[in-house]
Amino acid sequence: MAFKHYVLVCGGEGCNTKRALAVHDALLKEVREQGVENEVQVLKTGSFGFCGECAAVQILPDQTLYVDVQAGDAAAIVTQHLKQGRPVARLLFDPQTTAKYFPKDVPAGHQKQLRIVLRNCGVIDPERIEDYLAREGYAALEKALFKMKPDDVIEELKKSGLRGRGGGGYPTWQKWLFTKKVASDQKYIICNADEGDPGAYMDRSTLEGDPHSILEAMAIAGYTVGASQGYIYIRAEYPLAINRLNMAIAQARELGLLGQGILGSGFDFDIELRLGAGAFVCGEETALITSIEGNRGMPSPRPPYPAVKGLWQKPTVINNVETWAAIPVILLKGGDWFGKIGTATSKGTKVFALTGKVNNCGLIEVPMGITLREIIYEIGGGILGGKAFKAVQTGGPSGGVITKDYLDMPIDYESLGQLGSIMGSGGMIVMDEDDCMVDVSKFYLEFTVDESCGKCAPCRIGGRTLYNLVDKISKGQGTLHDIEQIRDIGHAMRKASLCGLGQTAPNPAISTLKYFEAEYLAHINDKKCPAGKCRDLLTFFILPDKCIGCTLCARRCPVNCISGDRRAVHVIDAAKCIKCGECYQACKFGAVERT
Amino acid sequence: MSKLTREGLANARARAEAHWQQRWAGRQAQIIIGMGTCGIAAGARKAWDAFADELKKNNLTDVRLEQTGCMGLCYSEPTVEVRVPDMPPIIYGKVDAEVARRIVRKHIVGKLLINDHIFDRPANDAFGKKIADSR
Repeated sequence: MAFKHYVLVCGGEGCNTKRALAVHDALLKEVREQGVENEVQVLKTGSFGFCGECAAVQILPDQTLYVDVQAGDAAAIVTQHLKQGRPVARLLFDPQTTAKYFPKDVPAGHQKQLRIVLRNCGVIDPERIEDYLAREGYAALEKALFKMKPDDVIEELKKSGLRGRGGGGYPTWQKWLFTKKVASDQKYIICNADEGDPGAYMDRSTLEGDPHSILEAMAIAGYTVGASQGYIYIRAEYPLAINRLNMAIAQARELGLLGQGILGSGFDFDIELRLGAGAFVCGEETALITSIEGNRGMPSPRPPYPAVKGLWQKPTVINNVETWAAIPVILLKGGDWFGKIGTATSKGTKVFALTGKVNNCGLIEVPMGITLREIIYEIGGGILGGKAFKAVQTGGPSGGVITKDYLDMPIDYESLGQLGSIMGSGGMIVMDEDDCMVDVSKFYLEFTVDESCGKCAPCRIGGRTLYNLVDKISKGQGTLHDIEQIRDIGHAMRKASLCGLGQTAPNPAISTLKYFEAEYLAHINDKKCPAGKCRDLLTFFILPDKCIGCTLCARRCPVNCISGDRRAVHVIDAAKCIKCGECYQACKFGAVERT
Repeated sequence: MSKLTREGLANARARAEAHWQQRWAGRQAQIIIGMGTCGIAAGARKAWDAFADELKKNNLTDVRLEQTGCMGLCYSEPTVEVRVPDMPPIIYGKVDAEVARRIVRKHIVGKLLINDHIFDRPANDAFGKKIADSR
């Protein structure tokens, strides 16, 4: 027999476990004393993400959320809510805090996420077209084909304010309009699924969770601009996404939702996959197009833009996975509806891959205009291990860092650009006090040096030089002149590189230098890494008054450079130490010091 | 199946919707496992096998085992949604083979929830059954 109520007490590892446990125990006791233990089950759960308002308690099945609950509130919750059915008003979570971002017809719960692109991810079985149909799949295509003229589709997109989610942020309706206007015997539609930013997996998850939404949107674009062939350019490293896309294409063809005369109309459209070999530069549209043509993936100067001369010199619409996935909803709900979400210049929602030093990493979709603080501290549940927030990196190797001073700034394309970062495709890496900014910029430069196609000198030579300079600083061999050089070379690369890869490659270095110059100076002047990350600048030693001689560090040391008898103070031989940090992690008494 | 006309699409959708309704509001219990690449890497297939085996052992032939894409709760993979008639739908995280077996015995059979593995749904379904009320 099912219970009448389930009481969930948030017991995440990130928050104040003691307080949550006290609330849990008080509720359990109260349930027993009031004689409802056969109707109510009290449970501890995983983290809910309301760490600033501990303890959070959710009552099921009515989904009431209480925050800031103390042990003393247990009696009221049991008597009033569970027995009499009247929620305890003073503890209720205020829905206004979420409702301000939501359109009126969407029921705002306590979650700040609004899933438009990810509407079907985690809901439907991606391998069954019937599941997609049941959630109004292909209804937008039908509406476009039979109730809208191509110009009406563009008008809806214009009203929606949808901008390219791959990073550039170019208005989608303009791309489509330009392509539509060009007279040509053949035009093409491309889905850019060449997701390459380290730590980003928005596109993969969308394709794996809801492949039909991409096919439907591409067919709509084909109808709008007059194209009959689409290509999805996806990297071969995504086998499951490829598998599900192939399955979806076969299902859609079988039902006549792709192919000749779709739904009895005169419109023909088909889609094929093209697999990329994993070169980062192929995410750049001109490089991607030449790669589909069978050439080596290298960018070419724009203009002409793909809208005029794209694949095989024909007019081409190219959009990113996330942009495509939003389009069926825009046609069904209307551009005005979508345009009401977000800020003045950035409409709708954005998917982020929230990773790094955050308790609840995840794939999230939030309305534009939400603040970083809400993402990191509410959805993300705060910083791992209660450490101090330092910065968040957005936009991957083309982006920059945002510091704690800007946590309350609403997120949109413009505000991130002003701070020297970019929206990018949606990677969001949270960093804490243990992350060194010189090391971060070295990581991204190494990535772009590796991925530079080598066609233009500013990127090929400039990127390598930047990497060498930052590497030198991280080893304590840098000079103040190097900082000037980083700025100069970065400026030249931005101005002179051929494509976005080279133009944005200096961003991580320039941005960390802008906000964390003191950290660079500490590496140069004091030969110290304040975060304790740059190995060449570290020394490990043992504090004699704290060491109890347990021998753990000596046993862990991979190069046997720690000596000392049992129950006697140990010593590290600095000449042999490789600075791996094993002893520092191992010591339970805080006796290993790192400077 | 033959190529659909508009009428055929309407019929196919009606069938799909009826099936969907029956699955989500019907009298059958469902276990839905997040099977994106990350879920699988975190052990979703092992959880699947454990669910299938434990359902068989308990003779629960009417419980549906389904797959879906990423639920977005990366920190708690593998994630599983459990829907039992007359009980609130629950999302469980960090479901290894052992937890999967416990879910079958305790939740599906015993109608009790399981400590320490319940996670919050990341977002309300913004659209419910219909994206637009009229089309």
